[in-house]
Amino acid sequence: MAKELLKGNEAFAEAAVRAGLEGFFGYPITPSTEFLEYMAKRMPSVGRAFVQAESEVAAINMVYGAACAGKRTMTATSSPGLSLMGEALSYIAGTEVPAVVANVMRGGPGLGNIAPSQGDYNQMVKGGGHGDYFPIVLAPASVQEAIDYITLAFDLADKYRSLVFVAVDGNLGQMMEPAELPPMRELPEKPPEWAAYGAKDREPNRLSSIYIDAPEEEVANVRFVKQWIEIEKNEVIYKEYDLDDAEIAVISFGVAGRVCSSAVRVAREEGIKVGLFRPITLAPFPKKEIAELSKRVRRILVVEMNSGMMLEDVKQAVAGRAPIEFYGRMGGMTPFPDEILDEIRRVDQSDEEIADGMERIEWLERLEERIERGE
Amino acid sequence: MVMEKVDLNLVYKRPESLATATTHYCPGCTHGTAHRLVAEVLDEMGVREKTIGVAPVGCSVFAYDYFNHDYVEAAHGRAPAMATGIKRVRPENTVYAYQGDGDLASIGMAEIVHAAIRGENITVIFVNNAIYGMTGGQMAPTTLPGMKTTSSPNGRDVEDAGYPIRMSEMLATIDGASYVVRRSLHNPANIRKAKKAIRKAFEVQERGLGFSIVELLSSCPTNWKLTPVQALNFIEEQMVPYFPLEDFKVMPEVKAIRV
Repeated sequence: MAKELLKGNEAFAEAAVRAGLEGFFGYPITPSTEFLEYMAKRMPSVGRAFVQAESEVAAINMVYGAACAGKRTMTATSSPGLSLMGEALSYIAGTEVPAVVANVMRGGPGLGNIAPSQGDYNQMVKGGGHGDYFPIVLAPASVQEAIDYITLAFDLADKYRSLVFVAVDGNLGQMMEPAELPPMRELPEKPPEWAAYGAKDREPNRLSSIYIDAPEEEVANVRFVKQWIEIEKNEVIYKEYDLDDAEIAVISFGVAGRVCSSAVRVAREEGIKVGLFRPITLAPFPKKEIAELSKRVRRILVVEMNSGMMLEDVKQAVAGRAPIEFYGRMGGMTPFPDEILDEIRRVDQSDEEIADGMERIEWLERLEERIERGE
Repeated sequence: MVMEKVDLNLVYKRPESLATATTHYCPGCTHGTAHRLVAEVLDEMGVREKTIGVAPVGCSVFAYDYFNHDYVEAAHGRAPAMATGIKRVRPENTVYAYQGDGDLASIGMAEIVHAAIRGENITVIFVNNAIYGMTGGQMAPTTLPGMKTTSSPNGRDVEDAGYPIRMSEMLATIDGASYVVRRSLHNPANIRKAKKAIRKAFEVQERGLGFSIVELLSSCPTNWKLTPVQALNFIEEQMVPYFPLEDFKVMPEVKAIRV
């Protein structure tokens, strides 16, 4: 299939349909609503289930039901909606059923605004609901990547009977760019053995996140952790740009990472030996790769559209092997390439040690100056 | 001694839809009766092998272990949403939610109302015993005025805690609801009527006629601090006057169903 000019949210929705989505359940929330609107037309046209739920709470519980029934299912929402879904996300993880959630992130906290943000990093990567569980989180940086990783999200969800988030920065949902959609997949003929589809000629399947005896819950928890270690081993995805001879490594994900790649290109033209490391899986986080990277670079710059959430994970991976600086925009602000370029130039000129925590204090000073200048 | 051979007629046995598990229900609790009625109906309709139940949070949280068919366990109050998700992707299956009054009428109010609004082709068995049983007897949305519970120690004060909600009456106002009735489990005559209503509710689903719900007035001797017999009398004398046993909504197509 050839590349077409595609609208973000609609393209992601179509990618999900082609990946074999059989039940979409959602609730309108900006900037994810086009997802729901597209599904409202598209799902019935292929004889598949679509429900506009009464709330995000109901939407994700419908997803939970469809997942237990052994069908590929998803919802799309945006940050405040994800908060409402927290409870059922934990149930989905505890019941070990596959489900995909696209979170088209917006500025917060609270009602915040509808501008793009990466402020839900912790909520997704660290779980978001109650109890011990480990969702997979994919962070695309273009419409094409979002299409590709939504498809992958369903495959990973099925492979591990896991909850998979696709962390879509608000900009991606709203932008149009050339991309190619995958072909339509055939739907599976048989339901998975573990699912609830009617106990004909077999014992009943009972799907639950209850382990009322603590020792049994602990056995389940052990299974979750072991599986996560397996996922960490097998499923880490990241992209590297110009890192071979780099002295400065920029680490950034999603749309922020994409802005960084523009800045890195210009900095290279200026002769700065800088490259970009862009994690695609925020969970499992590319710890080993970042640890290795930290051995060969002079300095690291972490760039995010939040207050430095991934920064903590980078610090842990780097473990003091290289000084780490931070630059972030928050509240629905997307950085411009020029801003990142300024940061790269500054970091290139610096060889000071940075005490833990100082990277944030220094960043806030620079950010406040920028805000005062109205940038 | 010579045993004389007699013809035995089996008149009562465990329905196939009921598992062989021992329930955790308290003596005198009517959840067991409600379970059995559902199981008998599923057997009689021959739908056990395609049935998927949705269990609630509350006393019947382990319902999935007590039935011999596929079951899933919902989050508190969300059984109608979960049942919606299942039914929409598996319309050929028989799907029902089994819920208590705290689950359905308090935390799950939005889910049950909107399932009815959409006319979801699911069946809901609503067990109303006017109290939160599992957590030890707190005031429920259906707790009667003046009724003492651990969270209304001086009796439900309607000035402060409001009045009990009559769910069936409210759901009957919704266009999407096809079959909404209240029955009681306090004596054999009423149990027979309850079974008939449950059968009808599942027949509604089987015929694709939309949302059906049977509210069952049920006992909780443990948390009502009554003996099992007193508890059954309490249903008859206190609950039935507040929660009348009626057909609140029977769509014309449903009226034609004979069970």
